[in-house]
Amino acid sequence: MRATLRVRRYDPETQPTPTYKEYPVDLPQYGTVLDGLLDVRDRQDGTLSLRCSCRSAICGSCSMRINGEARLACKTLVNKIASPGETITVEPMGNMPVIKDLVADMTLFWDKVRAVEPYLQPVGPAPEREYLVSNEAMERLTVAMNCIMCGACVSDCTVLEVDKTFLGPAALAKAYRFVDDPRDGRKMERLEKYTQTSGIWDCTRCNMCVQVCPKGVAPMERIMQVRSMAMEAGFNKTRGARHASAFAEIVKESGRLDEMGLALKTYGFFKAGFTLTGIGLRAFFRNKLPPLFHRPIATAENVRRLFRRLGV
Amino acid sequence: MPQHDVLVIGGGLAGMRAAYKAKSLGADVALLSKVYPTRSHSAAAQGGIQAAMTSEDSWETHAFDTVKGSDYLGDQDAIEILCREALDDIIELEHLGVIFNRTPEGRIDARAFGGTSYKRTCFVADQTGQVLLHVMWEQLVGLNVKSYEEWFVTHLIVEDGRCAGCVALEIPTGRLEVFRARAVVLCTGGLGQVYQPSTNGLAVTADGLALAYRAGATLMDMEMVQHHPTTLKSNGVLITEGARGEGAFLINSKGERFMEKYAPKMKDLASRDVVSRSETIEIREGRGMDGCVLLDLRHLGPEVVFKKLSQIHELARDYANVDVLKEPLPIRPGYHYLMGGVKTDVDGRTWDASGGRRWQGVEGLFAAGECANVSVHGGNRLGGNSLMDTVVYGRRSGAAAVGYARSVDWVAVNEDAYKEQERRKIKAIFDKPPGLRAADLRQEMGTAMDDGIAVFRDEESMGNALRTVRSLKEKSSSVSVHNKGHVFNTDLLSVLEMGYMLDVAEVVGVSALNRKESRGAHARTDYPERNDAEWLKHTLVSWTPEGPRLDYLPVTLTRWEPQRRTY
Ligand SMILES: Cc1cc2nc3c(=O)[nH]c(=O)nc-3n(C[C@H](O)[C@H](O)[C@H](O)COP(=O)(O)OP(=O)(O)OC[C@H]3O[C@@H](n4cnc5c(N)ncnc54)[C@H](O)[C@@H]3O)c2cc1C
Ligand code: SF4
Ligand code: SF4
Ligand code: FES
Repeated sequence: MRATLRVRRYDPETQPTPTYKEYPVDLPQYGTVLDGLLDVRDRQDGTLSLRCSCRSAICGSCSMRINGEARLACKTLVNKIASPGETITVEPMGNMPVIKDLVADMTLFWDKVRAVEPYLQPVGPAPEREYLVSNEAMERLTVAMNCIMCGACVSDCTVLEVDKTFLGPAALAKAYRFVDDPRDGRKMERLEKYTQTSGIWDCTRCNMCVQVCPKGVAPMERIMQVRSMAMEAGFNKTRGARHASAFAEIVKESGRLDEMGLALKTYGFFKAGFTLTGIGLRAFFRNKLPPLFHRPIATAENVRRLFRRLGV
Repeated sequence: MPQHDVLVIGGGLAGMRAAYKAKSLGADVALLSKVYPTRSHSAAAQGGIQAAMTSEDSWETHAFDTVKGSDYLGDQDAIEILCREALDDIIELEHLGVIFNRTPEGRIDARAFGGTSYKRTCFVADQTGQVLLHVMWEQLVGLNVKSYEEWFVTHLIVEDGRCAGCVALEIPTGRLEVFRARAVVLCTGGLGQVYQPSTNGLAVTADGLALAYRAGATLMDMEMVQHHPTTLKSNGVLITEGARGEGAFLINSKGERFMEKYAPKMKDLASRDVVSRSETIEIREGRGMDGCVLLDLRHLGPEVVFKKLSQIHELARDYANVDVLKEPLPIRPGYHYLMGGVKTDVDGRTWDASGGRRWQGVEGLFAAGECANVSVHGGNRLGGNSLMDTVVYGRRSGAAAVGYARSVDWVAVNEDAYKEQERRKIKAIFDKPPGLRAADLRQEMGTAMDDGIAVFRDEESMGNALRTVRSLKEKSSSVSVHNKGHVFNTDLLSVLEMGYMLDVAEVVGVSALNRKESRGAHARTDYPERNDAEWLKHTLVSWTPEGPRLDYLPVTLTRWEPQRRTY
């Protein structure tokens, strides 16, 4: 199948301002974007740089933005994303500096994974043979262990776009893998650590990471699992945790979300006044300020009933 | 100049295992790899890792299956060590965090694999290699092991007959650096890209094999290359033997389960060389389809497929447009694994430490994993034994390297001279007039090797392959690059890799042509029988200025006399 690859080219030595170059390719029926790029590199333009190795979606090397979304080039069939003759835009991953062309600098990515202490820490003497654990417990972890550290989720995470300190979806999915491992002995310390600023509570649940992850890790869902484990373990004093509790409480009372009340409950009266007035003013000028007082909802009782049925 | 007691080159399973062991012993160890460690090709191993964990099984049975699988070319002392120590190593891996599938009692579960008497392959769904690799990486993070990532080794330094380190190029910057070490452990993986098509990744380019060969080590049994029975037609990607282990079977175009004919007892789970040959005969005799036979998984049902073979379901859908639950999957034999490699003793030493000079080696240089040959796989590797090989012999090499490093002094290394030498080599490539490129040679070499030295071979086919390789070697001196920059110059790396691959392809050709019998993966139509009287011996190849030199070394037999091999 014929297609055109429109590739973002950047080379700090010879091409310091990024440009887009178009390459026509002709691929077999099940040709992937990676096949196309390799064809360009082998036959047309050897200056093109990219990472790749396994060609089978397991080494995590070839994440890049394809038509604006982070994907593995080796898992993206050209015939699935374009009709014959169409143009496909290929760019390096987002939320990371670029080294050259399609090669992103993943230093920060790895630093964040390292920051969650990503290794099993059992306490007490190890058994003579294997730890006796259920198959279900192990299978539950395979979802997170499926992560190939490709960086796609981090590339497209909406929080990382504005807050570089956020640990991010890949590192937190890795964190989940340890708090839910029956063999790990430091669950409490881990939960306490992950609850801190830049941790689990900074995710806005935008679902981007779930959408782009090529291995079904669904990082956001893993983060939510860690959140409930943290709440259950009593780590409910942090801002994020208070936000969640307050959210539930307010909806239960009034059947709707009262943003002002939520801020007050989350931050406390004085702190909310200091930290959020700015946001409020900006929202006011952009015409996005929520009403200060909500009208009561007639059907709020239904919502309360729902909460009762859920037992919360 | 960075320096470490032990320098491990290669961040795959073997390399990380060696580094883990060395660090646990308190050594100053560093890991150096051209791809980020978790991107190593070990991640691609799907099926599992062998250890005789169940009560009806024993390490001796495992060892016998391995000896028989190797067609008696494996060294039996090394095989005994592998199978015995596998038991503790599996437990250690479990303690380190590997999430092995479990039995209802909570013990490590095992599945059936080709050529094994019992269910013996421990597994994590169909992503075993990836999980093992990531868990080893986690552990290195925990131990804070120094790691040089995306550094490409261009030269092994040998001074006074001892390996004293290497020269490497930092890929993101193009900077050359000399690394000094008291002991070097080479764990650079196989030669996958020498063959086209191949189940191996694009970064598997025989680097370490060529580096060791050029430095004076011996390459052993290089004619023993394995073709896996089930690879996808479109791109050579592997469909794990675990599929047949879970009950899938092969059929020809008439719908016949043809393996019943070739291996009445083990059928679809006979050794890989046997199954690949049977498929090739079916295809050659006109019972194939479009150069393939079919792998039938339909009867396994969604429960087994989604839980234990989900990756296979995905790969078949993505690269062959086949839903394995609804239709059989076209597959064919494809290049998969190198049984041969750098000759080592059972502690990974590439030199003969017994004081004799039974083979030529480099003191201070150790090797483990697919680039090494201890030899546990002999003429044919059993599925699941390679991961175990990386784990057991990675560990043993790491430990032995620490012992060695503690017993010797530093060797003086002229840093500037080595840098200058490599700089000149690179400049020579940059200075070539535009024309021929590495990619042009790669396809030709790959096809020639797969036509000539594959499932079946004879004097003529192997001669043709070797001639092509030698003519490409000549042409390779005029290969040029488009990219002459410093930053992430993969164009330059492809030229260096091409040089490694051609050197090693030549050794494969020379070794294969000279073994005048059929054994394991080396199936000659002009010498169809195994000939123990003359050929129960290892092929040794060492580098000389005139070309590869051949020698032979007897196989070590401990308790199993060679027998006829049937499945
Ligand atoms: C698709 C597939 C499936 C498989 N399935 C199984 C299975 O189910 N069971 C089993 O037992 N075996 C299996 N195998 C075989 C097994 O996976 C490999 O033999 C084994 O993982 C090799 O490990 P290694 O550490 O030796 O090499 P690799 O994992 O290939 O690592 C090599 C390392 O060396 C580095 N390196 C190479 N050259 C250089 C250089 N010039 N400079 C610096 N660094 C360099 C690389 O960066 C890499 O880190 C499979 C193989 C394939 C291809
Ligand atoms: S759901 Fe959370 S972690 Fe995932 S992309 Fe959105 S903000 Fe980032
Ligand atoms: S969670 Fe998914 S997208 Fe993120 S790094 Fe892992 S595999 Fe890639
Ligand atoms: S090349 Fe390995 S994930 Fe794409």
